[in-house]
Amino acid sequence: MTLVNTEQKIKRIYALEKRRTFICVGLFVVIALALGVVLMCLGNTNYTPAQVLDILIHGGSKAAVYAVRTIRLPKLLIGAISGFSFGVSGYTFQSLLKNPLASPDIIGVTAGSSAAAVFCILILGISGPVSSVFAVAAGLLVTGLILLISGRGKAFGGRMILIGIGFQALLNALISWMLLVGSEYDVGTALRWLRGSLNMVRMSDVPVTFAVSVIACTLLFICNKNLRIMQLGDEYATALGVPIGLTRVCCLVCGLILSATSTAVTGPIASVAFLSGPIAGRLLKGGKGTMALSGLVGVILVYGAEIVSKNLFTTNYPVGVVTGLLGAPYLLFLLFNINKKGDKI
Amino acid sequence: MSEFAISHDFCADKICTGYEEKLILKDLCINVPAGKFSVIIGPNGCGKSTLLKSFSRLLKPKKGCVFLDGKSIYELPTQHLAKNIGLLPQSPTVPAGITVADLVSRGRHPYRSLFGQLKKEDYEAISCAMEAMGITELADKPVDSLSGGQRQRVWIALVLAQDTDILLLDEPTTYLDIAYQVEILDCLALLNRTRKTTVVAILHDINLSIRYADHIFAMKSGELVAEGKPRDIITPELMKTIYGMDSSILYDPETGDPYVIPRSKVS
Repeated sequence: MTLVNTEQKIKRIYALEKRRTFICVGLFVVIALALGVVLMCLGNTNYTPAQVLDILIHGGSKAAVYAVRTIRLPKLLIGAISGFSFGVSGYTFQSLLKNPLASPDIIGVTAGSSAAAVFCILILGISGPVSSVFAVAAGLLVTGLILLISGRGKAFGGRMILIGIGFQALLNALISWMLLVGSEYDVGTALRWLRGSLNMVRMSDVPVTFAVSVIACTLLFICNKNLRIMQLGDEYATALGVPIGLTRVCCLVCGLILSATSTAVTGPIASVAFLSGPIAGRLLKGGKGTMALSGLVGVILVYGAEIVSKNLFTTNYPVGVVTGLLGAPYLLFLLFNINKKGDKI
Repeated sequence: MSEFAISHDFCADKICTGYEEKLILKDLCINVPAGKFSVIIGPNGCGKSTLLKSFSRLLKPKKGCVFLDGKSIYELPTQHLAKNIGLLPQSPTVPAGITVADLVSRGRHPYRSLFGQLKKEDYEAISCAMEAMGITELADKPVDSLSGGQRQRVWIALVLAQDTDILLLDEPTTYLDIAYQVEILDCLALLNRTRKTTVVAILHDINLSIRYADHIFAMKSGELVAEGKPRDIITPELMKTIYGMDSSILYDPETGDPYVIPRSKVS
C-alpha cells in the first residue's frame, strides 16, 4: 500500500470515529431529553407534556404546581447535574488510576462525602453550600488517606482499591451510626445517604450545585487531552511532554469536587460513576468524546432509574436502589473476567 | 515525518541516579553518538533502564545532568523535549477498547494545541509511522485484540509518529519470537539509515546487538565498562566481565562481525 493510500485510509478511520462520537452523543442527548420529559409527566398524577409546559409557564391548580414545580422540576435539574457529575467523575478516576474498579463510589470517596454531609445536616443542623464544602473536604481527606496508606510501588493500584473498599465499609457504618444518633428513623433519609436519592431535592439546591459542577467539568474537559495520554502510563506521558503531576492533581481535585458536590445533595447515587465510564468507553472505543458521553450515560441512568423506581413499584424506592441493582452484576462480571484472565485487580 | 533528523549533541555528564536510598548509576558519563544505532548491553539490574529513564526525564539524577545540545533537559521546555526525544517504555498500558489508529495518533500530542484537530502534518506522520511498522491493515482494530508482536509494532509506531530525532527504546524486542525481533530491528535500522535518526536501544540478545549496533555501550553495576564498535570491543574477556560467563567468539565470514557462543559450565 502506498503512503497516499495509507493516509486516505487513516483519514477515513478518523472521520468515522468522529461521526460515531457525534451520533452517540447526539443520540444520548435525545434519549436524556426524552426521559426528562417522561420524568416530568409521570408520577402520582400523570400530565401530558403540554400540560407540564403550561403549568411551568402559567401555573395551574395548587396540587399541579406543587407536583410539577416543587417536586419534579428540582428532580429533573438535580438529576441531570448529579448524573452528569457522577458519570464524568467516575470516568476521570477510572482513567487516572487505569482501573475500572477505581470509581469514587467503589473506593469510598463518595461515602466520605456522604458521611460529612450527614454529619452537617443531621448532627450540626446545617445544609446548603456549607455542607457541600464539608463534603468536598471529607472526600479529599478520604482520598488522601487512601493514597497515603496504599503507599507506592508495583501493587499500588490493587492495594488502593482494596483499602478503598475497606474505607467504604467503615464510612457506611459511620453513616448508619450517625443516622441512629441523629434520631433519624425515616428510612427514606437513611437510604438517601447510603444509596442516593432524588426524593428530597429542592430548587434551592440547584444554583450552587450547578455552578460548581460547570466549573469542575470545564476544567476536566480541558485536562482530558492530557488524561488520555496518561492512560498509556506515566512513562509515555512524560516522554510526550504531559505535565503529569499537575494533570493528576487537577483531575483528582475536580473529579472529587464533582462527586462530592452532588453527593451533598442527593447522597451517593450507587453505581452511576462506576457504570458510566465503561459504557461510554465501549461505545466510543475509548475515543475523545468518552468523557462527555460518560456524563450523558450518567444522566440517562439516573433518569431511567428514577422513572422505574417511581412508576413500576408500589413503594417509592430511592433512585440509588435501582442503579445499585444495575451495578452489582457489572461488578461481578468484572471480577469474573479478572479471574478468568488471571489478572490482578 | 520530517525527511531527515537533525543531529543533536546528547550526553549524560557524571550522573548518579537511583531509587530512594539505593544508587544505581554511579558517576556515569555517556555521549550518545548522533545519527548512529547504539545498543546498551549488560546483565539484569545493571542500570540500563535507569539510564534510559534518566535520559528521558523519568528519573531525575541526584547528581550530574543530562544535556541536549548543551542545555540541561530539566531546563528545556517539555514540549521541545517531546519533539526531540521519543521513548518506548517497557510496559505501557493499553486503554480499554482503543483502536490502533487512535493509539498511534496520541504520538502527535506534543504538536497539538488544546482543542486542535489533527492537521496535515499529523496525518502524514501517522501514516508514515504506520506504514513503516506495517500496521496499516490493522488501523481500525482494537489494540487489545492484537498479538504481542503486532502490539509492539503499534507502540513503536506511536513513538515514530512523535517524529523525534532521537529514539530511546527499552527492550523493544522482549517477548517476541526471533522473526519479529529481526523485523522490528530492521525497521529501526532502516529508520536510522534513511532518516539518520539517533537510536538508543536496550537489547538482551548479544548477537542481535552486534548485528545491528554501530556502537555498543557495555554496562555493569551502574558503570560503563566498555564502549565502541562491536568488532572492537566484543571479546571473551568483556563477556566474562559483564556477565561472568565463559564464551568463545566466532567471526562472521561475510561481515567479519563477532558472534558470541556461551560456554556451559556443565559438560
